[in-house]
Amino acid sequence: MGAYHGNRINPKKFHKSQIKFLMYLLPLSIFMALPLIFIVFHAFKPLDELFAFPPRFFVKNPTLINFKNLFSNTSTTGIPMSRYLFNSIFVTALVMIFSIIISSMAGFALSKMKFKFKALIFEINTIALMFVGIAVGVPRFLVIKEIGLIDNFFVHVLPLLTIPVGLFLIKQFIDQIPNSLIEAAKIDGASDFSIYWRIILPLIKPALATVAILSFQSVWNNIETSSLFINMDSKRTLAFYMQTLVTLNNNNTVAGQGMAAASSLIMFVPNLIIFIIMQRKVMDTMAHSGIK
Amino acid sequence: MKNNMKKIIEKFKVVHQFLSHKSPYLFVSPYVLLFITFIVIPVLAAIYLSFTYFNTVKSPDFIGLLNYIQLITNDQEFMQHVLPNTIKYALIVGPGGYMLGFFLAWSLSQIPHRLRTILALVIYSPSMTAGIAMAVIWRIIFSGDHTGYLNAFLLNLNIIEQPIQWLQSPDHLMNIMIVVSLWGSMGVGFLAMLAGILNIDQELYEAAYIDGMKNRWQEVFYITIPSMKPQMLFGAVMAIVNTFNIGGIGVALSGANPTPQYSGQLIVNHIEDYGFIRFEMGYAAAVSVVLLLIVYYFSKVSWRLFGEKG
Repeated sequence: MGAYHGNRINPKKFHKSQIKFLMYLLPLSIFMALPLIFIVFHAFKPLDELFAFPPRFFVKNPTLINFKNLFSNTSTTGIPMSRYLFNSIFVTALVMIFSIIISSMAGFALSKMKFKFKALIFEINTIALMFVGIAVGVPRFLVIKEIGLIDNFFVHVLPLLTIPVGLFLIKQFIDQIPNSLIEAAKIDGASDFSIYWRIILPLIKPALATVAILSFQSVWNNIETSSLFINMDSKRTLAFYMQTLVTLNNNNTVAGQGMAAASSLIMFVPNLIIFIIMQRKVMDTMAHSGIK
Repeated sequence: MKNNMKKIIEKFKVVHQFLSHKSPYLFVSPYVLLFITFIVIPVLAAIYLSFTYFNTVKSPDFIGLLNYIQLITNDQEFMQHVLPNTIKYALIVGPGGYMLGFFLAWSLSQIPHRLRTILALVIYSPSMTAGIAMAVIWRIIFSGDHTGYLNAFLLNLNIIEQPIQWLQSPDHLMNIMIVVSLWGSMGVGFLAMLAGILNIDQELYEAAYIDGMKNRWQEVFYITIPSMKPQMLFGAVMAIVNTFNIGGIGVALSGANPTPQYSGQLIVNHIEDYGFIRFEMGYAAAVSVVLLLIVYYFSKVSWRLFGEKG
């Protein structure tokens, strides 16, 4: 010992010295993946296997019956499941698009422009990283009631557009862009808007992808909005519907459990796909994520 | 006179600056407006309401510190269950999850790229499930009769003789909450720490070994952590926020608020209990303020540890 062994962090290829890490990383990863694998198998189990004794982890005769039940099921007020799915997709798309636009615009101004309150805004945003949303559920409810957003479709969208972590990551990322690039564009007569649109946006795609994922997760999995701010069933989302499936059936009815498993699979898979597509960009962004 | 002139000129400058360079304000205003509406005002409102009695029917009555006094001296559930539960849960899931996250990120950095990407994805993916929405999986696994997966498994191995009501039992609920939360806590902070470790300059290690560094422990404490302080701080803040944000999980798992004998009741559930079930909004607001102060305090502590400016 005592001498440098070369390339231990981020090694290029496999070496037997890495076995000790794999000895605990592999079992741990499998353990962490188990509940997710379980839900996949569970969603495809026919009725007799769902409640077989002893219960089985793997599925023997996979079937789509749970998904069929789920899609033909209607809520107690007669709203079909497809309506909730549509609401969720629509709301998620709106939040992702607008949170990217809003936070990249603000990030650009905070990073590359000079104006009053700039430092203050960023400082407050950094404090807001610690903001715990559910802590202020009550006053948030009152604010939303005052503005008249109760039962308004946009209550799904507006409160979720500001993600302090998102603005923080974008601003740190734009800081890496050399100022000379922007000054050169200014000399060529580019307006602030065209600098934002033509130079900044194409260069910060990794950060935008990260914000897209963060906002996707916050809106797609969101239950609070539907349960606190919406009273009309037709305007609620899939995550909420799923929650009612679980609590209504309370694990007792056989078909209910299958549907609950199928719907959690539908909830989870989009999360996974989006992250797999964007994971490299996310890691690029995270390299600049530090709070200094 | 001279001073007044100066002030007027100052003011004029601000207005002038605003008019001639209004685009920065155009760029930040959508974010700032929404930020003020949905984050700043609710926090200020919580502070104001915490000094009032408010039941949503009549307008708030100012009662001074009564809510806080009530909370500290008279709220038995809070003092006997909610606060100790929250401290236990937060200490294990917060620092525990954070250290586990760093340890996993560091271990992952020691293996080749492709395998690392796959394992990182597996470890990260539970955090995407956002605790509450996925409580359904856990309710099936921990189901209380003999067809529950954990019960069947343990019965099979003859470890237990009777099926256990895992989620309804005050003895087990808290431990299950901690396991489930740790399982889902390898989120953005974990990814940031992984990226931070991978970006450390290799030559730093090389130089340190030449200077007499002997083993991996020293490597971690003298090179790795000091070189990625900003990411460590980001990870710490994320860990704290995440801990309190998924705090509602006890209610989601047991299906009841309050949880069985208050065994899994955390501060967040207490707020919901008073705010949305008993409609004592003023009191709920006081509990909210206490929670925000706790989060702020813990974040300040991590700032001390890893921040470059105090």
